[in-house]
Amino acid sequence: MGLLSKKDSKLILDPLADNNPITIQVLGICSALAITAQLKASIVMAISVIAVLGVGNVVISLMRNIMPSKIRIIVQLVVVATLVIIVDQVLKAFAYSLSKELSVFIGLIITNCIIMGRFEAFALANKPWRSFLDGIGNAAGYGLILIIVGFFRELLGSGTLLGFKVLGDPIAKTGLYAFGYENNGFMLLSPMALIVIGIIIWVQRSRNKELIEEH
Amino acid sequence: MEHIELFFKSIFIDNMVFATFLGMCSYLAVSKKVTTAVGLGAAVIFVLAVTVPLNWLLDQYILRDGALVWLGEEYASYDLSFLSFILFIATIATMVQLVEIVVEKFSPSLYNSLGIFLPLIAVNCAILGGSLFMQSRDIATLGLALNYGVSSGIGWFLAILTIAAIREKIRYSNVPGPLRGLGITFIITGLMAIGFMSFGGMLTGSDESAPALDGSPENVGMQTEQNQQENIETAQTVEVSTITKQ
Repeated sequence: MGLLSKKDSKLILDPLADNNPITIQVLGICSALAITAQLKASIVMAISVIAVLGVGNVVISLMRNIMPSKIRIIVQLVVVATLVIIVDQVLKAFAYSLSKELSVFIGLIITNCIIMGRFEAFALANKPWRSFLDGIGNAAGYGLILIIVGFFRELLGSGTLLGFKVLGDPIAKTGLYAFGYENNGFMLLSPMALIVIGIIIWVQRSRNKELIEEH
Repeated sequence: MEHIELFFKSIFIDNMVFATFLGMCSYLAVSKKVTTAVGLGAAVIFVLAVTVPLNWLLDQYILRDGALVWLGEEYASYDLSFLSFILFIATIATMVQLVEIVVEKFSPSLYNSLGIFLPLIAVNCAILGGSLFMQSRDIATLGLALNYGVSSGIGWFLAILTIAAIREKIRYSNVPGPLRGLGITFIITGLMAIGFMSFGGMLTGSDESAPALDGSPENVGMQTEQNQQENIETAQTVEVSTITKQ
């Protein structure tokens, strides 16, 4: 972090833990849950959101002084929609099967509350460089949770990571399976994403008591 | 018949919240009290009922491959579907504004109960998700699109109503400190989603061979889309179950 001042690096590091967009700010949960059955899809989604939010924050921050506040929601939606179309087309061109798997969820980045939330809360009031860092930091905090959830769901659900059979081969009974280990197919079903995130919240809040809610 | 099927399918099997996790942000944020939850739920039904048919028309006559043929033969080769995100979100944002103005003018009491929620809805993923699923599932007619909008809205309404009722009750329970609030809500939603999965067999009967026999294009379209969407999950669960059988 030699490049960044202390204040700037705080912008990136804060959202990764104590001000995480998913577990603390409750933003952007919609897409976080549906696509985390595989680690690969989670990583692609995380990268897409980082790209959209980083660039979007800079664009909004550059326009913040010339944009009439009455129409800012429409302007923001147009900026995000344009960026998401670019991401979607890039994915279709270079990773077609993956973009089929993510189906409408790439499109739903547009209405991902993280994006609008950061535009409103940060980019409208700050200079481009700081907005860029804030965008990257928040999207990375979002991506971090996505990747943790994707990691556990793929590991416990199908015994693989990024498609590699890390726990051994379930049919040939090698590795862990030789000792009678079984994959938990339930982890692949979408409701388990909610429960895994619930557990992440539990762990995080028992480590940092200040985050506990009243009700 | 297909109307009834789509209706129940969208409410229970493809429930917006429990099957596709759409509109989770407002679902978690506005579900602390039943009365506000009912207000937001009603607004979602209303906006979905308006925007899904509108976006269906846009999709049919402007966006999809060859849709511009009504302008003349030379336009038949245009495929504007890459513009669908921006057009859909523009329709939604405009409609929400318009609905707000109209409701304020003609029914001030409804406006007062929905008022604060209407602007929130423009960025609710359930609304855009409704339109995007309508597009990718190849809903066949305008009537079906209207049906799809209303019934997915009702599904969302049911979900937020139940979680709000549960959260009102859970206030009197002794939840472990770190789980209080958000954590326990996530876990309850997960359990409810598992419950809703039991509706899965409601329409298709007992096994996967049933929908394949049904030859109408609309059903086949929906089936393939559903497979596509769940292909990671079902494929791997099938794999897992065959492995365990062996």
